[in-house]
Amino acid sequence: MSSRDLILARVRAAVAGVPDVEVPRAYRGTASAAAGAEGLVELFAERVRDYKAVVHVVAEPEVPALVARSVAERPARRLAVPGGFPASWLEQSEIDQVTDEPRLGAADLDAVDGVLTTCALAIAETGTIVLDAGPGQGRRALTLVPDYHLCLVRADQIVAGVPDAVARLDPVRPLTWISGPSATSDIELNRVEGVHGPRTLEVVIVV
Amino acid sequence: MSRTFLGMPGIASPGKSGQTFPGNAARAVQNSQLRFNLRKATRTIRARRASVVNELPDWAELRQAGKAIKDHTLRNLDTYLIQLEEAVTKAGGHVHWAADADEANRIVAGLVKATGETEVVKVKSMATQEIGLNEALLEEGITAYETDLAELIVQLGDDWPSHILVPAIHRNRSEIREIFADNMSGWGRPAPDDLTDDPAALAEAARLHLRERFLASKVAISGANFMIAETGTLVVLESEGNGRMCLTLPETLISVVGIEKLLPTWRDLEVFLQLLPRSSTGERMNPYTSMWTGATEGQDFHLVLLDNGRTGVLADEVGRQALRCIRCSACLNVCPVYERAGGHAYGSVYPGPIGAILTPLLRGMETELDRSLPYASSLCGACYEVCPVAIDIPSVLVELRARARHPWTERAGMAAAGWVFNRSGRLARLQRIGGQMRTMVPKRLPGPLSGWTDTRDLPRVPKESFRDWWNRTDGGSR
Repeated sequence: MSSRDLILARVRAAVAGVPDVEVPRAYRGTASAAAGAEGLVELFAERVRDYKAVVHVVAEPEVPALVARSVAERPARRLAVPGGFPASWLEQSEIDQVTDEPRLGAADLDAVDGVLTTCALAIAETGTIVLDAGPGQGRRALTLVPDYHLCLVRADQIVAGVPDAVARLDPVRPLTWISGPSATSDIELNRVEGVHGPRTLEVVIVV
Repeated sequence: MSRTFLGMPGIASPGKSGQTFPGNAARAVQNSQLRFNLRKATRTIRARRASVVNELPDWAELRQAGKAIKDHTLRNLDTYLIQLEEAVTKAGGHVHWAADADEANRIVAGLVKATGETEVVKVKSMATQEIGLNEALLEEGITAYETDLAELIVQLGDDWPSHILVPAIHRNRSEIREIFADNMSGWGRPAPDDLTDDPAALAEAARLHLRERFLASKVAISGANFMIAETGTLVVLESEGNGRMCLTLPETLISVVGIEKLLPTWRDLEVFLQLLPRSSTGERMNPYTSMWTGATEGQDFHLVLLDNGRTGVLADEVGRQALRCIRCSACLNVCPVYERAGGHAYGSVYPGPIGAILTPLLRGMETELDRSLPYASSLCGACYEVCPVAIDIPSVLVELRARARHPWTERAGMAAAGWVFNRSGRLARLQRIGGQMRTMVPKRLPGPLSGWTDTRDLPRVPKESFRDWWNRTDGGSR
């Protein structure tokens, strides 16, 4: 008997005659409020700040100037920019754009100063941004190896809670949920920012 | 603390004979540094958990849903495992089944050897700790590098994990600094000369120590927090980014996951992604969560499904609820016994209240240590209250106590009591004798029984039993 058959046979013997249960879903499900609704932007900004990320809320026309200022302040010169990132947002930035086509090696990726991306959606209640490797986001390692990540979130991408995010995401795509910069609670169970992932996370909310 | 003192076994190899929880705990509470570290850490995390849990108006409903989803999954585990296998295979992954620890270790070693590599990086995983994977790989000439900060502290310190979430919780910052300064050079890049005990500096030292290894590694081994049967998606929650490094950079990814980690549908994540981070690190959300389905971004992906005693627990009517556990460690952080005794006293990779039931359920009650674990509790119920999937740990503890073989004195006492209480005539006779001899009952019991009366008063024996009084006075009317 293969281990597969053995395990399945043991499972069937173990649960024979055990009654099934209904799952009560009385918790708050998907919100009735539309994405980007009033209050969500403020809540999202506040929750991301709680993680010690840098947060800006700006109107669309001001984005190019803000991005230019942010990268200059780091200072970050060589920045990875995934395909599909809106070129207009970089108009005023003095940077060397590094593309990931063909794929950068791990060492090359380690040598860039930072990465600029968009996101798939954001969750207000938990201050989370989610990347799904869609346009402007790149593959997963791109937002991991560089030490600085600047992420642009459109207000209409901000949903209320976790159930809203799960309902909108496609599990077939590789997903990365990011809530603040890399951190650890391993020393005396207190949160310390900055371990292996980007130590600086800057989130620009475009309203 | 040395390995000999704790004799920390992998769950596959039970502890040294003669070890018991009370013995281990008695020694651990003598260590004032350990008690100070544990007190500080558990108090911090308790406050953080309480604040983010109280923030959600529907925590009780999420908890009920979490419990029911897990129970439903366990009831239909065979169906969902097959569904998962199909989905993962369809998405380009390879699924392996391991009935026990040895088989899982053999499968993983074989997969690593097939790549030609002799070094692997690891994401923190309870399942691989349970099966003693690192030791098994070493015997095959493969070195496994732990990359989680706390696991790194444990590995560099040649130590044993003492907490599910934060294996190095028994170490404070200055002890960690010492371990890094002394031992990093033996495993790779040495610690900076001017390393301080500032947590940020320690985190930075870990970053530098592991950086090159991440970038060069070809094979990674992980566990998973959840597997979605419907889609074949695996989910890993973490904080530092070491998980993402291991999950995304290497060419080959091997995930070893217990069969109870399944969730039926993608939607079920909406419950558990709220329950787990808030219960575990006391955050609204942990910094990084990775989800992938099958072979992703050109990677070679292997999933090893692990039984190793789980189907035995599933067959246990009372104990099966322990399989709902999502390894959040909230029960450890609130437990007054854990806070004082520490994780090593439990002699298992699963310490604390959940360990006190899971360990004997998984490996049986053959050793004295495992028989003593159900007593590692005051039955205060705090663990049940914080458990995000409502595992009734106190009830399982009581059930396991009843099953464990008791000392002969207790068994003899209980047998005698049973004999007396079984016939009302016997009881009445004994009560009358007792009433006549009541002045001869000592205030303190002799010999080994004095342990009981050292801290308790013996009740005074009445002259007459209630029933005799009732019969004599016709209920007080005469």
